[in-house]
Amino acid sequence: MSITQEAQPWQAPEHDKPVEQVEGYNFAYLDEQTKRMIRRAILKGVAIPGYQVPFGSREMPLPYGWGTGGMQVTAAVIGKDDTLKVIDQGADDTTNAVNIRRFFAKTAGVATTEKTADASLIQTRHRIPEKPLTDAQILIYQVPIPEPLRWVEPRETETRKMHALEEYGVMHVSLYESIARFGRITTAYNYPVQVNGRYIMAPSPIPKFDNPKMHQMAALQLFGAGREKRIYAVPPYTDVKSLDFEDHPFTIQSWEENCALCGAKDSYLDEVITDDAGGKMYVCSDSDYCAERREAGHVGDQGEPQSPAKKGGAE
Amino acid sequence: MYVAVKGGDKAIENSLRYLADVRRGDRRVPELTVQQIREQLPLAVDRVMTEGALYDPDLAALAIKQANGDIQEAVFLLRAYRTTLPRFGASQAIDTGAMQIRRRISATYKDLPGGQILGPSFDYTHRLLDFTLAANGETPEAPKSEEPVADGMPRVADILDHEGLIELDLPDDEDGPVPDLTRDSVTFPADRATRLQNLARGDEGFLLALGYSTQRGFGNNHPFAGEIRMGELAITFEPEELGFEIEIGEITVTECQMVNQFKGSAKVPPQFTRGYGLTFGHCERKAMSMALVDRALRAKEFGEEITAPAQDEEFVLYHSDNVEASGFVQHLKLPHYVDFQGELVTVRELRKEIEAREAAELTDDDELAAAE
Repeated sequence: MSITQEAQPWQAPEHDKPVEQVEGYNFAYLDEQTKRMIRRAILKGVAIPGYQVPFGSREMPLPYGWGTGGMQVTAAVIGKDDTLKVIDQGADDTTNAVNIRRFFAKTAGVATTEKTADASLIQTRHRIPEKPLTDAQILIYQVPIPEPLRWVEPRETETRKMHALEEYGVMHVSLYESIARFGRITTAYNYPVQVNGRYIMAPSPIPKFDNPKMHQMAALQLFGAGREKRIYAVPPYTDVKSLDFEDHPFTIQSWEENCALCGAKDSYLDEVITDDAGGKMYVCSDSDYCAERREAGHVGDQGEPQSPAKKGGAE
Repeated sequence: MYVAVKGGDKAIENSLRYLADVRRGDRRVPELTVQQIREQLPLAVDRVMTEGALYDPDLAALAIKQANGDIQEAVFLLRAYRTTLPRFGASQAIDTGAMQIRRRISATYKDLPGGQILGPSFDYTHRLLDFTLAANGETPEAPKSEEPVADGMPRVADILDHEGLIELDLPDDEDGPVPDLTRDSVTFPADRATRLQNLARGDEGFLLALGYSTQRGFGNNHPFAGEIRMGELAITFEPEELGFEIEIGEITVTECQMVNQFKGSAKVPPQFTRGYGLTFGHCERKAMSMALVDRALRAKEFGEEITAPAQDEEFVLYHSDNVEASGFVQHLKLPHYVDFQGELVTVRELRKEIEAREAAELTDDDELAAAE
């Protein structure tokens, strides 16, 4: 016997209720002195693309590992006129994204959006939006482990030396070992990149599918690691190269399937289990990209044609 | 929707309300007050203040209540509050020699000036459940000593000092800036002040285990509990505009001075070395563990070989903070399905390749067999 979960058509998430602003805290929670300290770290990061700048990370009212670095960077750069989008796994309606978006609505009273194109700031965990970003936007990544060399060398004292001396041989050796063992580089996410021909950088745990989007991106990319107390940056229009070998060039994930809802062939897909008998469907991980395509009339195998007026609430 | 982990506003709101409901428990039982927690769970309050790095028994008690009694969660609440407070400056260094003693014991001397003062301690209890507490029996007041505690209560380490038997305990630079690990990220090698700050905020369980490991041979340094003292101290602060010290309050602290063997080196004759522990309130286990780990971390200073986790400052300092550790361990609860999808794609590709290779080999074998 198999349990079938009805695959419902994707619905736009319930728009966040207007959030009441909290009293007693500074704009965007952090005090101005802290924000200045973070901005100095950001400026240094922008000046030395890919270099991890230590900063006096603060305790945030959210746990370490849940986006405290990204939140501190966002708090330092956000202004009253900004429009904020927050995504986790590409989606605006995941609990962590909802939580962080509410936090800034509460402490900064800024406008929030789920539309990639409407946002001036996008804080993200694990994805880069499918829609190309512009030079009027800033993409802020939440970073758990900022050190790309951490898996080959656990000691910070050593890895800092390796970066200083541009001693990156071990990284290539570790990629080569993967090829020797599996015939390919098996790193699927947090795939190391070299920025501006100099520093090797952790792109945060985005799938390698997203790595090419970092290269020559029009938007400023900022990375915040709260627990590890590091900030780094990639300025607009900077080279970001995924490490590879001539005979084993970098490749990204691809699927035989299309998005079941919007039919997209070019987006990163999530696998959704629909029953306990191996049934599954693939849908866009970028919920805004998917919604926009469906509004424009694209329909996948299991999607329902959508009339633009229809707006439903998701449970 | 089809994805269980996706939840909107409403789900989060309901979860929060459920949590608050669980905190309140059975409504027929009277609700705990913050004052009751402060007065009747004082050691929990002390631990939360120590690891929360904020001396405020009322707020610590509130945090314990709000956290449903989860001590680490309470520590986190206090830290998150602390970080928003303005800083007016650093207080004058406290002199624990001037402490109003409530407890003071030494394991290195049978008797010493000021005597052994047992104070309130579990050390001399039999660990038998006391069913009169369950029956709400009233506790009689503790008897008062007829004579006051001696005024002069020299620190044991100072007694050893007179003979030059123990290393001098000199501050790094009294006029120099005080490092603050909550404002700057730690760099290595870390100075002792920074290490002690880290240990003072560090998780009691983690330090206990590390301290214990040194006793079992992983970085042993033959410790003696030179002295443990607990009591009240005045905190003084010198505002720039006044130019003189003013007393701003009183705090309770527990201090542990471990005295450790040292064989001496080419430069220094054999003498005892120190390990130091200090906590807010009464956190004796923590103060002792901290002192063991502090001494272990000084291995390099004494030219000792670094072989054990407790001697490894990157290992200890990066993993001692339970707010950091708890957050990162528990962040695994957050959705990771994008990365997991990436892994699925990779594993399927690898398996497909192997299957294709095996199929090809089988066909080759068949062809060979047919040719023969």
